[in-house]
Amino acid sequence: MKRVADSWGMLLRFPDMCLGVLDNAFDRCRIRPLKDAPIAAFLLLPALVVLGAFGLLPLGYSAYMSLFGGKWGMGDFVGLGNYAEAIGSRAFWGSFLVTAYYAAGTIPLTMAFSFTIAYLLFHVARGRSFFRTVYFLPYVTSAVAAAMVWRGIFNPQFGIVNALLTRWGIEPLDWLLEPRSILALITGREALVSVGPSLALCGVMLFEIWHGSGFMIVIFLAGLSAIPRELEEAARIDGAGPFQVVRKVTLPLLSPTIFFLAIVSVIKSFQAFNSVFALTGDGHGPLDTTQNVTVYIYSQFYEFHRWGYGTAVAALLCLAIMTLTVVQWRFVGRKVHYE
Amino acid sequence: MMRRVLPYVLLGVGTLVVTFPFVWMITTAFKTQTEATMSTLNLWPSVWQWRNFAETFRAAPFARYFFNSFLVAFTVTAAVIVTSLMAGYAFARLEFPGSRILFGLVLATMMIPFEVTLIPNFVLIRRLDWYNAYPALIVPWCANAFSIFLMRQAFLSLPSDYFDAAKVDGCGHLRFLARIAAPLVKPMVVTVGLFAFLGSYNSLLWPLVVTSEEAMRVVQVGLTVFSGAEGVRLHLLMCASAIVILPTVALYFAAQRYFLEGSIGAGIKG
Repeated sequence: MKRVADSWGMLLRFPDMCLGVLDNAFDRCRIRPLKDAPIAAFLLLPALVVLGAFGLLPLGYSAYMSLFGGKWGMGDFVGLGNYAEAIGSRAFWGSFLVTAYYAAGTIPLTMAFSFTIAYLLFHVARGRSFFRTVYFLPYVTSAVAAAMVWRGIFNPQFGIVNALLTRWGIEPLDWLLEPRSILALITGREALVSVGPSLALCGVMLFEIWHGSGFMIVIFLAGLSAIPRELEEAARIDGAGPFQVVRKVTLPLLSPTIFFLAIVSVIKSFQAFNSVFALTGDGHGPLDTTQNVTVYIYSQFYEFHRWGYGTAVAALLCLAIMTLTVVQWRFVGRKVHYE
Repeated sequence: MMRRVLPYVLLGVGTLVVTFPFVWMITTAFKTQTEATMSTLNLWPSVWQWRNFAETFRAAPFARYFFNSFLVAFTVTAAVIVTSLMAGYAFARLEFPGSRILFGLVLATMMIPFEVTLIPNFVLIRRLDWYNAYPALIVPWCANAFSIFLMRQAFLSLPSDYFDAAKVDGCGHLRFLARIAAPLVKPMVVTVGLFAFLGSYNSLLWPLVVTSEEAMRVVQVGLTVFSGAEGVRLHLLMCASAIVILPTVALYFAAQRYFLEGSIGAGIKG
């Protein structure tokens, strides 16, 4: 009996023993100027192999590929031809415009909504964790599955939104299938048909606000809990109304959080794909009005098999993201108020 | 009175708006086909059709999709936890020449948009002959800079006395990491693991590009294909959406205590 127990103990201690043996081996090959290098190499190897092979290496390869034309592979060397073609292409600039509308439409609204919810949550006594869970729920659900639900709700024939509009005596709309711009629909002037985001794109934006606000709420809550409460208290005693307290005390103190969220969400909105693709079925949307840069790259690559051209557009997108991030650091970052 | 009740009223209205798509999805999933595609304000099904779920599994090989998704997501999660524990520990606690440059390189990969690496990675997968195979779905996601960064932060916040004490008792770095340090950063392990699982399970673009066979589809790809083929059978589409959403929501509920702690730490520092 004792021997059985012993061998079990041996088995359980086995991984530990292996680690010990490895530790001793690494200890023995410790050479002064290298310090912990052998063991560090062992610990870093798996991560560095993956990041190198699928992160850094493709980055260089992508720059190389973008100099070649042709389909289904590299083809002929065309120099900067792909870049020139992209800059001269209407579809390319159209997709950038869609991305710009998308960022400009979703980021401020998601922030405003998330801040309001986080602020209210922070100031209620009961049920905070319940509400926090509820508001975070859309963020953990798959964008694809949620998009299927939204397509049902906004379906022009049988969707519940149009049923509601009909009940109120309003003309039903085509929602995610509507290529006309929201400005034309609001003002009723046909001249504005292609000015501004299409109603379909606005539907995508609304979805993104719903889907992305949970993340921002959690970050805002963390930021709010780091603010000393005495400051708001003092302002209130000095006679400031609730809106004045928010504007003059809470928001300036939250500026590092807002800045962090701004940087992250600009990067994220320039890479949006899943929600656009799933909401419109193919990413293009009605008359290509929801085709953002990511969808454009995907379609050039996957539908037209133009690999070199796709990587060139991706490089331009990367450039745009980096420029925007640097601009934000330089010009907005300066106004951030750190304690 | 007004000031006490108003926040609850606003939060309650917000809750109704935010959860409405979920409610609509579930009630529609239980309707008959005619009921689901009727233009009506009636949310509730007249008779709850439980057999819709069985029919959904018959309409498309969702069992296979789920098997693929779970296999990929669990492997990726385990791998990310291991690689980020190891690399995070090395960057936080070990001294070696070039550590700052290497850490800089790791962080640099965080700033590369995935569109840029999408096409070269596809070519690489083709070269490795991993097209339509599990390694294509798993290996590229087995390490990521953000997880390594989070884990490094967690290890930095541990008092170094622990290590000194362990060293005196004859415990080396590897045993210290496995036995003492990793259990101490459990909230971060859960956070990193949950992010890895959500990222893998919910991803669409990469699996769409590197798989073409039906047997290799993950649920997100399966669902998009299903919606194209079954667009009119809305009740089945909602069933499928509900079962696709279910695992992540369940996991979130199970892990949320640690998860929120961990992400809060990540949000305010830095």
